[in-house]
Amino acid sequence: MSTRAISSTESDVYPAAVSLTDVTAGYGPHIVFKRLSLKIDKGQFAGIVGPTACGKTTLLKTILGTHSPLSGTVLLDGQALNDIPRGIIGYVPQLGSVDWRFPVTVEEVILMGFYTGKRIWPWPSMEERERVHDLAYRLGIYRCLGQQISNTSGGQRQRAFLARALVNNPALLVLDEPTSGVDIKAQHEVLHLLGDINSEGITILLTTHDLNAVASHLPWVICFRNGLIAQGRPRDIFTNDILTRTYGGDITIVRHEDYFLIATGTPIHFSDGDP
Amino acid sequence: MIEFLLEPLEYEFFWHGLLATLMVGASCGLIGALVILRGMSYVGHGLSHAAFGGAVVGFILNLNFYAGAGAMGLLAVLLINRITRSGTIKLDAAIGIVTNAMFALGVAIISQVRAFSQSFEAALFGNILGITEGDLLLIGFVSLSTLTMMFLMYRPLLFSTFDQEAARVFGIRTASVQLIFSLLLTLTIIASMNIVGVTMIAATLITPAATARLMTDCFSRMLIYAWIIGGITGVAGMYLSYIFNTASGATIVLFGASLYCLSWLTNFLHDRYVLQNHLDGKSDFVQTTQHQSVERNEAGL
Ligand SMILES: Nc1ncnc2c1ncn2[C@@H]1O[C@H](COP(=O)(O)OP(=O)(O)O)[C@@H](O)[C@H]1O
Ligand SMILES: [Mg+2]
Repeated sequence: MSTRAISSTESDVYPAAVSLTDVTAGYGPHIVFKRLSLKIDKGQFAGIVGPTACGKTTLLKTILGTHSPLSGTVLLDGQALNDIPRGIIGYVPQLGSVDWRFPVTVEEVILMGFYTGKRIWPWPSMEERERVHDLAYRLGIYRCLGQQISNTSGGQRQRAFLARALVNNPALLVLDEPTSGVDIKAQHEVLHLLGDINSEGITILLTTHDLNAVASHLPWVICFRNGLIAQGRPRDIFTNDILTRTYGGDITIVRHEDYFLIATGTPIHFSDGDP
Repeated sequence: MIEFLLEPLEYEFFWHGLLATLMVGASCGLIGALVILRGMSYVGHGLSHAAFGGAVVGFILNLNFYAGAGAMGLLAVLLINRITRSGTIKLDAAIGIVTNAMFALGVAIISQVRAFSQSFEAALFGNILGITEGDLLLIGFVSLSTLTMMFLMYRPLLFSTFDQEAARVFGIRTASVQLIFSLLLTLTIIASMNIVGVTMIAATLITPAATARLMTDCFSRMLIYAWIIGGITGVAGMYLSYIFNTASGATIVLFGASLYCLSWLTNFLHDRYVLQNHLDGKSDFVQTTQHQSVERNEAGL
């Protein structure tokens, strides 16, 4: 049960998808994490877990370049953020941060993925439209392309934003809390879909606070709490010790053959008289 | 009826007023659509007041009316940007501080030099009499530039208005988009100031846009509707102000507000009608459920 650090010789030869060195980030005088060094290999499907307000979103924004770190370097594919070509990162924001009353359809949301390109005409080109339709078909939202975003379900919204992130064939896909705000079935479906996307060679990095979803879908977890606690395969990482250090408090891990379930609090003991 | 409408057209001042209100109304509508979607209503209100202060300052410095207003508006935009950058002071507070101070400066100067308080009545309440060809030229230039810029910046504007953070990640320079948009807003406000008046500019910006929002759920259509409704509101307001001999700005705003009410009422009655059909069982309420089941099959999950 060792935590495997990603500093193999391989990753020294090929630049990592994401590489942070001695990064300190915060807001004004408030430091969120200090001197963080972290590497995420190409082709990885990794989930960052940790308690609320531990800096997961800040870490993602630092990687995405929308939050400037106070010190340290962030490299994507061995290049500084300013040097990487547009469209190489796909980003799916947290659904809770979106204004659902905004007057756009699902199709317009997906088309936005192209809005950083050279084309200036407001209307989409044939190729753009075709690409959007293909993706929408693949993600199962073809039927609601013309629908107002406020009229779609959580799962459909999630896929619309996923499609937008995918239009430019990104090398790295970053998602903030994709398992929040959707029901358990949509959650399962979205993670399954991400698994398929990952198997096509796209590196995926997501945050979540749903440990069980990570345990059953993701090959790699990063335990984070204002700094790196541990990273590795869920079966190696999800130990009482590491989870307690990540979340504090009591965490119980129930293992049954290949399945395991993570619960908080103390177990309930039923007395004999109970049905 | 036709003759009644044509009669005032014999006067040149009316022609000028009509052209001015048409262009000002349309530009304000178009810019206003983005103002409400970007949550900048208060910015519009504040900038018009800052521009008024600038016009007064310009006047005592013997500058052109528009030059003073423009310089002060620009200064306000830059100051507000600067103050909010650190994040400790929120946008609405920054607008309050900067633009109120500039407006107060104008008011203070006017109260001191009472002699020319009359020249600023137009700037405060709007006046369509005595619009010069120079005014028309400026308004025409501003209308054309806003229209062109909105067309050229449609994509980055839409993306950054909808989702600023993601737009940045995707590579849109959202800070530049915001700055250019603020400049267009300032230009529009300055060009509209003498026509509708400082006190009425915020409403001229927002009301046609809000009406357009009620009429459509599509971003591009909302822009076009707001542009057209703004133009209609301007022209109708001009006629009504001529007929009833009322202040042009106030009349335009009142007409705009009536259109909004009408549109709201139509929506309300339409919703009631649809609901009633649902209750009577005449509707196609299975539509959404069908969509979802088909979609699941396509996903093949
Ligand atoms: N824009 C901001 N300004 C100031 N503080 C912030 C801002 N965003 C986040 N924080 C603070 O930084 C810490 C980490 O937040 P965040 O990265 O959003 O955590 P998480 O995503 O893990 O819930 C929190 O204490 C939060 O209050
Ligand atoms: Mg977060």
